[in-house]
Amino acid sequence: MDMNIPYTVEERPDTGLYNGKLGVWLFLASEVMLFGALFSAYIILRSGSVEWPHGELSIPFGTANTFILIGSSVTMVMAWASLKLNQWSRHKLFLGLTLLLSAAFLVNKYFEYSEHLSKGEGPWHSTFFGLYWTLTGLHGLHILGGMTVMLYLLGPGAKLHKTNPEQFTNRVEVTGLYWHFVDLVWIFLFPILYLL
Amino acid sequence: MSHSDPAEIKKTVRTYLIVGAALYVGTIVTVAVNHVHLVVPMAITAALIIASVKGSLVASIFMHLSHEKRWIYGSLLLTVAFFIVLLSVPLLTTLDNIGSPNASQTVIVGDHMKMER
Repeated sequence: MDMNIPYTVEERPDTGLYNGKLGVWLFLASEVMLFGALFSAYIILRSGSVEWPHGELSIPFGTANTFILIGSSVTMVMAWASLKLNQWSRHKLFLGLTLLLSAAFLVNKYFEYSEHLSKGEGPWHSTFFGLYWTLTGLHGLHILGGMTVMLYLLGPGAKLHKTNPEQFTNRVEVTGLYWHFVDLVWIFLFPILYLL
Repeated sequence: MSHSDPAEIKKTVRTYLIVGAALYVGTIVTVAVNHVHLVVPMAITAALIIASVKGSLVASIFMHLSHEKRWIYGSLLLTVAFFIVLLSVPLLTTLDNIGSPNASQTVIVGDHMKMER
């Protein structure tokens, strides 16, 4: 009896998609609602407030992190394209770079958080800082989640490339979809928290 | 576009690099606009327009949404509809003045006095 899970590589005839891709898109749909609820909270709290603080956050820190995340999105998509072109060492290089950039993002965030905490600007400080910590904290957890998957793909998960390269390529593609979503969320978080 | 044709993939790689550069330019423009000190509604509009353009580039090119299957578009369409509802519900409550400190109500001040606010 064949015990293999169907449609991990080949596309389903009805959807034209392999299971992982449809699954990740449905997961991302739920993520849109999760971050959407928090963006909604931001809008209602900001529009209902008499005053809103400006210049509380470091724009150079925020800009640097935006550059880092955009760079990591480019390296992530290059990691996938390298697999499609059968360039295994280039794939490892680009995936490693993505992991390095995501770590740089978190290190940057660590310094930023430390600076705020030293000034007593924790989530309890004000509505603005409550929103800042919740939104960036949740986003940071997503970065950690993505890094865990990338570490797996670079480490023990890489063995799959020898036995089933197409399935491995699909895993990298869906990891990339998740990673680009995390980048997309930051693209909106940066202006609303740091600039406006 | 075929994701299995190496020639097509090579062409796409160029697109990825161009989009990456465009995203960097977009970030610089966002920060530069912030230095102009526009009035708040103008600043919000400008920042959100630039962020939306950048977000669309990420979604359409990096996430391949420009050439996806119907099932993906369908699920995203549903998500957008529910997202709009999610954003509208709290906004409608503000329009009704629910929870607003300026909502018209009678308060008792001291033992004898009533005032409208």
